[in-house]
Amino acid sequence: MDLQGYKEITVDATVKNLTVVNDFVEELLAGTDCSVKTKLKIDLVVEEIFVNIANYAYEASGGKAVVQGCIEENPCRIILRFMDTGIPYDPLQKDPPDLTLPPDKREIGGLGIFLIKENVDELSYHYKDGKNILTITKKI
Amino acid sequence: MEIKKEQNGENLKISLIGRLDAVTATNLDKVVQNDLTGIKDLVMDFKELVYVASAGLRVLLMAQKKMNKQGSMKIINVSDDVKDVFDMTGFLDFLNIEE
Repeated sequence: MDLQGYKEITVDATVKNLTVVNDFVEELLAGTDCSVKTKLKIDLVVEEIFVNIANYAYEASGGKAVVQGCIEENPCRIILRFMDTGIPYDPLQKDPPDLTLPPDKREIGGLGIFLIKENVDELSYHYKDGKNILTITKKI
Repeated sequence: MEIKKEQNGENLKISLIGRLDAVTATNLDKVVQNDLTGIKDLVMDFKELVYVASAGLRVLLMAQKKMNKQGSMKIINVSDDVKDVFDMTGFLDFLNIEE
């Protein structure tokens, strides 16, 4: 999928940069009629993807995350693409978590990916030229 | 996110104000690790909590596990948006949420 007229930021892939990525997405949404409810869902997706990259893509040496985004009209939707040059990892292949377990048996791993899938309209993963490329779209 | 604590003997009320995300969850994690000793009755007030992500769920799960062993925990004043996330993830099944 080509992103037309997209904006882009590059940040160090660290959890504390989540606020920088959140601000980037907020600016993209600024000109739209995005409801608070939808905005919170987009924030959730953005957080789970970015934090996953920050926590797991790179070894201790760290690395960069690139986020590209644009707004499409008719129907109005946001497209976001996350890229890193870390360990190849396709989150779509991860088994869904068991949501029926009692708290003592629960593990949190996998919930983030599940929340991403639940809150987007489209999700795709590619590995190309040494990059993990995860693209999501969501109607606004 | 701001965390307010009010302790009265074995009762502790924790109020969260803002967003419980991967950045702020570490602050709540410290409270759960350090401030629950001797607490029998934990109340979490989410009246001014607008957002929760999986990093926050992880800490809430830890708090629930801890309180299951030593007393009880309930969450009050949960917004619809936060409740949606609890619902999607099955957390509504074991969290004690007071309507």
